[in-house]
Amino acid sequence: MSKGTKVPGYMQGKGSRNPRGIIGDREIRYKCSLQNTILDVLRGRPGWQEVPGQNNIQPNVNQANPKQAGSGSTTQGTTSGYKGSVRNPQGPGTQSAVPTRLQGDGDWDFYWCDREWLAQNYDTMFLYEHQKILHFRNHYELTRKNLMVKNLKRLKKQTERELGKAEGQSFEFFPTTYELPSEYHIFVEEFKKNPGIIWIMKPAARAQGRGIFLFRRLKDITDWKKGEYQPLSDPNREVPETYVVQRYIENPYLIGGRKFDVRVYVLVVSYNPLKVWLYRSGFARFSNTRFSLDSIEDTYVHLTNVAIQKNAPDYDPDKGCKWSTQQLRKYLSAKHGVEAVKKAFKGIDNIIIKSLQSVQKIIINDKHCFEMYGYDVLFDSDLKPWLIEINASPSLTASGKEDYDLKFGLLNDLLNVLDLENRLTGKEKRVGGWDLLWEDGPILADDGNMECAPNGTTASIPNSFLGCHNERKRQLRELYTAAQSIKKS
Amino acid sequence: MGDSNYSKAYIQALIDELKTSKIYTDLQCAAQVDLAKPTLRLSELKKGVLNGLVNSGWDRKLRNAIYRFLQTNPKLQAPTPPPEHLKEPLVYLRKAQQSWEKRILKSLNSMCTELNIPLARKRPEKDQKEWAQKWTELGIDGPVRIEKTEPKDASEKDLSQIRPVYAPKDFLEVIIGLQNPNYHGSDTPGFYHLWGIVQVPLKVKDIDELRLQYSDMSINQCQSGIDDAQDIPSELFEQERVKLGKKVISANHGPLAQEFSKKGCPTSMRATLWCQILAIEVDEIDILYYEQLKTNVLQHELLVDSLLYKDVKLTATNDDQYFVFEDFLYQVLLPFSRDTHVLKHFDYNSASPPKSYIRGRLGMEEFAVNYPPNGVIPFHGFAMYVAPMCFLFKETITLYYVFREMYIRYFFRLHSISSHPQGIVGLSLLFESLLQTHEPDLFFHLKSVGCHPLKVAFKWLVRAFSGYLSSDQVLLLWDRILAYNSMEILAVLAVAIFSFRKTNLMKVQSYNAAEAVLADLTTLQVIPLIQLSLFSK
Repeated sequence: MSKGTKVPGYMQGKGSRNPRGIIGDREIRYKCSLQNTILDVLRGRPGWQEVPGQNNIQPNVNQANPKQAGSGSTTQGTTSGYKGSVRNPQGPGTQSAVPTRLQGDGDWDFYWCDREWLAQNYDTMFLYEHQKILHFRNHYELTRKNLMVKNLKRLKKQTERELGKAEGQSFEFFPTTYELPSEYHIFVEEFKKNPGIIWIMKPAARAQGRGIFLFRRLKDITDWKKGEYQPLSDPNREVPETYVVQRYIENPYLIGGRKFDVRVYVLVVSYNPLKVWLYRSGFARFSNTRFSLDSIEDTYVHLTNVAIQKNAPDYDPDKGCKWSTQQLRKYLSAKHGVEAVKKAFKGIDNIIIKSLQSVQKIIINDKHCFEMYGYDVLFDSDLKPWLIEINASPSLTASGKEDYDLKFGLLNDLLNVLDLENRLTGKEKRVGGWDLLWEDGPILADDGNMECAPNGTTASIPNSFLGCHNERKRQLRELYTAAQSIKKS
Repeated sequence: MGDSNYSKAYIQALIDELKTSKIYTDLQCAAQVDLAKPTLRLSELKKGVLNGLVNSGWDRKLRNAIYRFLQTNPKLQAPTPPPEHLKEPLVYLRKAQQSWEKRILKSLNSMCTELNIPLARKRPEKDQKEWAQKWTELGIDGPVRIEKTEPKDASEKDLSQIRPVYAPKDFLEVIIGLQNPNYHGSDTPGFYHLWGIVQVPLKVKDIDELRLQYSDMSINQCQSGIDDAQDIPSELFEQERVKLGKKVISANHGPLAQEFSKKGCPTSMRATLWCQILAIEVDEIDILYYEQLKTNVLQHELLVDSLLYKDVKLTATNDDQYFVFEDFLYQVLLPFSRDTHVLKHFDYNSASPPKSYIRGRLGMEEFAVNYPPNGVIPFHGFAMYVAPMCFLFKETITLYYVFREMYIRYFFRLHSISSHPQGIVGLSLLFESLLQTHEPDLFFHLKSVGCHPLKVAFKWLVRAFSGYLSSDQVLLLWDRILAYNSMEILAVLAVAIFSFRKTNLMKVQSYNAAEAVLADLTTLQVIPLIQLSLFSK
């Protein structure tokens, strides 16, 4: 996108003073399409102001029909009516000739949009240098279960080709998976090779555990096929829904007889070069009932998604069945020792980096975009982490006070990392609860000046502190004081 | 043991105890193995066998067994005092405990009649099977829904009707009411009147004695629980500590582990260290014994089960940290109520096991049985003695034996009336006297707005802070109980918490406000707090 120097008139003067952004002294305008914690965070930030008007209305209704939009002036008229002011930074003849591109979403600096909005508007959107928007254009490459596996398999093959089989071992963190219906025949072959094991079936595009079931016999799946694939049963559906079928992890790590998975928050601010932040806190979600392989019809036992648990008969919303990641780490170190836990959590770092690398070349990189992923990781009884899925819109609705505090801190620190206020030096390795895990290569804990570490010995410790103490407020205070003094000098 | 501090009778008791325990036969076997060695010369028989026992580690095990006996059995004085003096030397406290027990029993009995359920009964065959199947997931529906499989049953009961027999609050009232009859003339002002609400004159330690006792916790000593925090580089303290810990563990010697734990246990070693301090090594006999207790649970149903269920549901299941362990708690608490080994601790506990009579034989001594079989009636919060330990042990059986030992060494004192310095009365008094000596303005302020500090702190003490602090902090605190073999640290911590929140407490004008200031303790770091209140003034 070629709009580096374009600056809206009313702020041109300030823009030139400030090399990193053009916000300068004025307030930061934001839009937000959600009504939960994120909105509280945005409203609570000093100097931030909500863009007036209804957030959820999509500004370009006419976008649904691009051919009509091609007729020019009318479209421009409607958008300008909605926006109140039209700036036209884009001269005729720049790349795209579609006139709607002229609408230039310039009246916000920060937009926490939903994926649907981005999908509809991204291609026609014009963004200024400083604007930040949630999601990358094709985020689904990682969050759709079938695409994620496809990408991972590809990178694994490539790695094996280039660096040998041994290196490919580091990809052994997702269970054998096939896409249905396209890979049905390979799946059946694999199924027959391993009789008696349990498989889990998940719709590729649905979230929060909907449509998931377990099976042991092929008959179960043929019954399902009949129901699902009846070509005429649902005229609106043209192609059968894509599912993935996955080998079920039969030896999950249990605490108090219950299965759990771990939610890890990961922030990607750039895919090229890949720059990844990892949040220290998160939570472990426990299944409500006790784990046993005898009752595979009982979905509640096997799924740990909060969304599903809520429908369980004796669900207690106050309790939420959650532990903080800190609590989990403490528990595991008490049982297995600090070293074993370090190793297990290092495995999570590996999952994060490998999965992001697998889509690094595919995701359309855009410096305006950022993405906060929610990784779901499951430990097996040997404390090996397995990747279950990646969400691009992890739930931000809080289930209780503790959960609210977690998410409030998480999002606030996310805004601190993005630093629209331009208060940081840009070289920080830790901002609040976020630790810089990767910037075109692994980040080590000691080589910066922000972390106080003694000389020598810590050299090979990666800058990853999942489940470690998160005293974010104190850290922020120190950070901003330090950054300020660096900037002055 | 040439130590003249121990009377002959005491040593005899020790020998008798050892002779009946498994270690005696084990030692004999080991000695025989050594005897059979061809290298052994007849002329050096004794020396050779002794050396052999030392080399094979049996000497350590014997030392551990003796140490355990010394820790759990109070020293006998000569001449031997009557058994009731061993339980409690002060007559008026003994009587108070007895009447308190009567009250508990009465309330238990009235619940039985009200709800028309027997104290105990045999389970029908079908239920037994069902229980056996559900053993590891008892929390799912509890005793109630299982019983509902037989709807005709007249004694069908509902857990909602069961209520805890008593709560710490009720117990506090009893303790407040305690009076020493020898101080009857206290109407004359200035003669003997304590500021606090506990009016029993017992000798408690002052701060200097405590400083000496806990000198290993002083501020200039590195501690697990402070200096091994994650943001402190591990080479400053943690690495050395862990190295030393490994040495201590490999020595497998109780007193050594205890000494080491005075500065706290590293998280990953705590389970092993505690087992060594408490001399617990689970062997086949222990496993068998536990299985037997489990069978007893399956065969008979007690009213106490419902009390325990109710307690777990009210406390642990509602707790963010402990809800995961609900099933573990049942697997420990239900067999515990059947364990007659626990009865032995009544030799030195002021309490006595309640008696029940077989139907139709009321009052006939020969038909009396202890009820429940372990003699302990659970109260509201009892499950919290077990809950923090679920973080340590994966094996239910080890968890069970560690809890049992902790109970008969320490926790029983927290809910029986006695003059023992570590009994709840002594701890309450210690708390009050420390607080009024070191924070007189705070104490006076709270007292004058009608909020006696003990009224807030009492429940902490009774539960040894479990359920109030975050679980890792509870474990750090209990490290010190084990290491110093004393619960006085509980009172010290309670005082420290009051000092720490003093600024806010000085502003409160009512009991509820004070309680609100002290409601959430989960953010506290216990070790720095204890150091502050012990060593900073």
